[in-house]
Amino acid sequence: MSAATEAAEIISRSLTVPDAVSGPLTADTIAGAAYIVAALLFILSLAGLSKHERARAGVIYGITGMIIALAATIWLTLQEAWGSGAGLTGLGLLLAAVLIGAGIGLWRARVVKMTGMPELIALLHSFVGLAAVLVGWNGHLEAPALSPDLTAIHHAEVFIGVFIGAVTFTGSIVAFLKLSARMKSSPLMLPGKNAINLGALVVFVALTVWYVNDSQLWLLIVVTILALGLGWHLVASIGGGDMPVVVSMLNSYSGWAAAAAGFLLNNDLLIITGALVGSSGAYLSYIMCKAMNRSFISVIAGGFGIAAPTTGGDADQGEHREITAEATAEMLTNASSVVITPGYGMAVAQAQYPVAELAHQLRERGVNVRFGIHPVAGRLPGHMNVLLAEAKVPYDIVLEMDEINEDLGDTSVVLVIGANDTVNPAAAEDPGSPIAGMPVLRVWEAENVVVFKRSMAAGYAGVQNPLFYRDNSQMLFGDAKQRVEDILRAF
Amino acid sequence: MTRIGIVAELGRETRVAATPVTVKQLLGLGYDVVVEKGAGESASFRDDAYAAAGAVIVGADDAWGSDVVLRVNPPTEEEIGRLAPGATLIGTLAPGLRPELVEALAARPITALALDAVPRISRAQSMDVLSSMANIAGYRAVIEAAHEFGRFFTGQVTAAGKVPPAKVLVAGAGVAGLAAIGAASSLGAIVRATDPRPEVADQVKSIGGTYLKVEVEEEMKSSDGYAKATSEAYNRRAAEIYTEQARDVDIIITTALIPGRPAPKLLTAEDVAGMKAGSVIVDMAAGQGGNVEGSVAGERIVTENGVVILGYTDLPARLPAQASQLYGTNMVNLLKLLTPDKNGQLTLDFDDVVQRSVTVVRNGEKTWPPPPVQVSAAPVVKPDASAAAESPAPKKKQGLSAAGKAGLFAAGIAALFLVSAVAPAPLPQHFTVLMLSVVVGFYVIGKVHHALHTPLMSVTNAISGIIVVGALLQITSDNIAMQVLAAVAVLLASINIFGGFAVTRRMLAMFSAGKARS
Repeated sequence: MSAATEAAEIISRSLTVPDAVSGPLTADTIAGAAYIVAALLFILSLAGLSKHERARAGVIYGITGMIIALAATIWLTLQEAWGSGAGLTGLGLLLAAVLIGAGIGLWRARVVKMTGMPELIALLHSFVGLAAVLVGWNGHLEAPALSPDLTAIHHAEVFIGVFIGAVTFTGSIVAFLKLSARMKSSPLMLPGKNAINLGALVVFVALTVWYVNDSQLWLLIVVTILALGLGWHLVASIGGGDMPVVVSMLNSYSGWAAAAAGFLLNNDLLIITGALVGSSGAYLSYIMCKAMNRSFISVIAGGFGIAAPTTGGDADQGEHREITAEATAEMLTNASSVVITPGYGMAVAQAQYPVAELAHQLRERGVNVRFGIHPVAGRLPGHMNVLLAEAKVPYDIVLEMDEINEDLGDTSVVLVIGANDTVNPAAAEDPGSPIAGMPVLRVWEAENVVVFKRSMAAGYAGVQNPLFYRDNSQMLFGDAKQRVEDILRAF
Repeated sequence: MTRIGIVAELGRETRVAATPVTVKQLLGLGYDVVVEKGAGESASFRDDAYAAAGAVIVGADDAWGSDVVLRVNPPTEEEIGRLAPGATLIGTLAPGLRPELVEALAARPITALALDAVPRISRAQSMDVLSSMANIAGYRAVIEAAHEFGRFFTGQVTAAGKVPPAKVLVAGAGVAGLAAIGAASSLGAIVRATDPRPEVADQVKSIGGTYLKVEVEEEMKSSDGYAKATSEAYNRRAAEIYTEQARDVDIIITTALIPGRPAPKLLTAEDVAGMKAGSVIVDMAAGQGGNVEGSVAGERIVTENGVVILGYTDLPARLPAQASQLYGTNMVNLLKLLTPDKNGQLTLDFDDVVQRSVTVVRNGEKTWPPPPVQVSAAPVVKPDASAAAESPAPKKKQGLSAAGKAGLFAAGIAALFLVSAVAPAPLPQHFTVLMLSVVVGFYVIGKVHHALHTPLMSVTNAISGIIVVGALLQITSDNIAMQVLAAVAVLLASINIFGGFAVTRRMLAMFSAGKARS
């Protein structure tokens, strides 16, 4: 009996039950039941994240689900392969792989800096993608004996799974490289990049049809290379400022890759989990797109390069005024309410600890301090929240853009720390601006605005920010961390 | 040094042209101020209060003999004669309605400024005495109505039964009308308002009233800030609305005035006859002919069916202290404009549109009427909500049209149907599972707290490591290449599972509520 065939068909209902278990209770049915329980636990795990208080319980559900699923699968595998030589080798490999993987995973999770979360998450996406490619390749190698209909479907599934996995893999690698500044974050502008993307898809479809009819290994190799190239190109042509969308988009792709593997292996648990992750990433991308007023479809297609700004950059905006850290400290002491709007600059300068300390000291003095977070602040959905949480800022004073915008008009001082495009009044007021229509934090309505910035350079989108020239705004130049510490000393 | 004289008013007038507060401001402009004995008595400003503010209390002749005389009401012939040659008189003169008064003023070598002729431009709002008095009048109209009305304004549920709220209709949402709407709604009444200018709808709403729109083709655009006469079709529909409303409401306050013309008749005798007994009408336009048939200027009338019609024309004067204070402040603001150097020297600059407009007589020379001033009280008028929707307002980036979206959706459903229909088992089952999971995922993720999006991504990282299941099933293959590939896949997926869960736990441990910080 071929163990490979066994393994491939193990969950397929058409196969006869192996003789290790008798009666209605078989290894298959037990594993199937365990998978349903695990899927339910995964859903509960995600649902737990709706509230801070329940989030930790949610992770426990997730871990439990994973243990149940793995235990059932390992047991099932052992039932099949116990005693055979390949089985023992497999078991050894399995143990070694899990131990090494667990070691690396736990180590990375412990040492990662919260500012480095985007890179870690992008890297983890790439692992899912690569694993999906490998599973797909194995799907080709094992070539199960099936009816012609099912064989065609099996081939298509292999092909699609490898394709999605490979796109996710290189896409995530590029995202990782860009986020960790190992690669230039400016968008790659190849001529006819939309044609390249579309062409790759057309070639993929053609190759799929060919492979379904004639499953040659070289076709699989070609499609893998094609998908690797496409993934690379998709993400390389997106600028670093749009990384929140890219990362959640890759999150979605990694889910679909897992779901495709589920189709290939006839495994409902993989399909359910993949679909959960896929829709989660898609939903996050959708939120991000809304926050940046971009079309969802064009983002998913990776075709949303940044239009080079033609106006605004040179226009005479008037004079900006500078302020010293001491004057800022005095202004803050006399303020009744302060709103801090952080952006990626705060993460870059590692300023979250001094900022948290500033918020803490002001609260001690009876100043109403709150944080206003734009949905695309940072390089990851919720990035700023994580950084502030790391610095022990209570989450009930960290508010979303829609929650804080109403109150900005009654605020004495707004501190803009390392944010630029997310507080640009041009988005709301200048219909000709490249970012027109993007919802922004309306900080300019406050009595005073202090902008922490390294220089007068334009923001990520390359759009000049009229906020800096408003009568009620003043600039505090220099490294955000240094400047906030200066303010703390001046108290 | 130029001397300003505050003179007493005649008859039933209770207001005075300056209060102790504004006297101080006038002194600050560099003027000397004299006050006729007893001038502020009826407005509760006593002579010693004026003296304490720095004014000198003098007799009537002394006060009238000042260089600048401040007044509320227009002077009589006899009073004009008391003015010194070269003197300046400032007050409400109604030059448009009283040409004979203008002639009488021009007969003397004096200068006369009409505070009620200030143009309606933003800069001049601080001296617009018509607005400030209309505001008071609107408030007082509600108070007078409440005084006559034998019921509560606000609805109550009491042990002695339920009290419905009073219904108030305010005709004309100008300054007086808006003040009346505000006062009535803050007393708890249900307030409705009519006005030919649709742009006031938002203002009405903002102070608690409901705007009753007259649905006809044309619309009113006012270029000088005042209402204009309306067309026939409009009038017919408006009359119907008034008839309907008269039967329903308890109190009607009419404020409709058109400059230089008699007040429009809004309520007919039949409308009034249709009102409930005990209802109250305050006709604030009674002095200009009245908006209500049967109203008499300055009188309280009770109709046969028991409706009270108040035609009081002295509504601002019924709040004398308040009215004097606002009037005095308008006066001070005009004098500030006329005394640019704050040196007590009154200068008239005819290049300034405000100063030109208020000047009725200059040094005995008639300068009325002034050239018209176009103001833009309503620069952008949205005729209608539906029309506004069609206007080419800057739109968000538009992806697909609604039809296009519907088409794509239908195509997607059809494709799904076809694939599921022709695909052999177990594919349709898998599609079912996939679709349901996507739907579940969408709703579950939609509820995730925005601050937890990063932990969400790392936890999805961890659970997408479930792909390890696929690799596990392949690792016991007897094909070495497969085993190696599967082992690598298991390794990668394990990093995800362990790393993902560990980093999620680490992040969640950081989120703390409230005062966790020591």
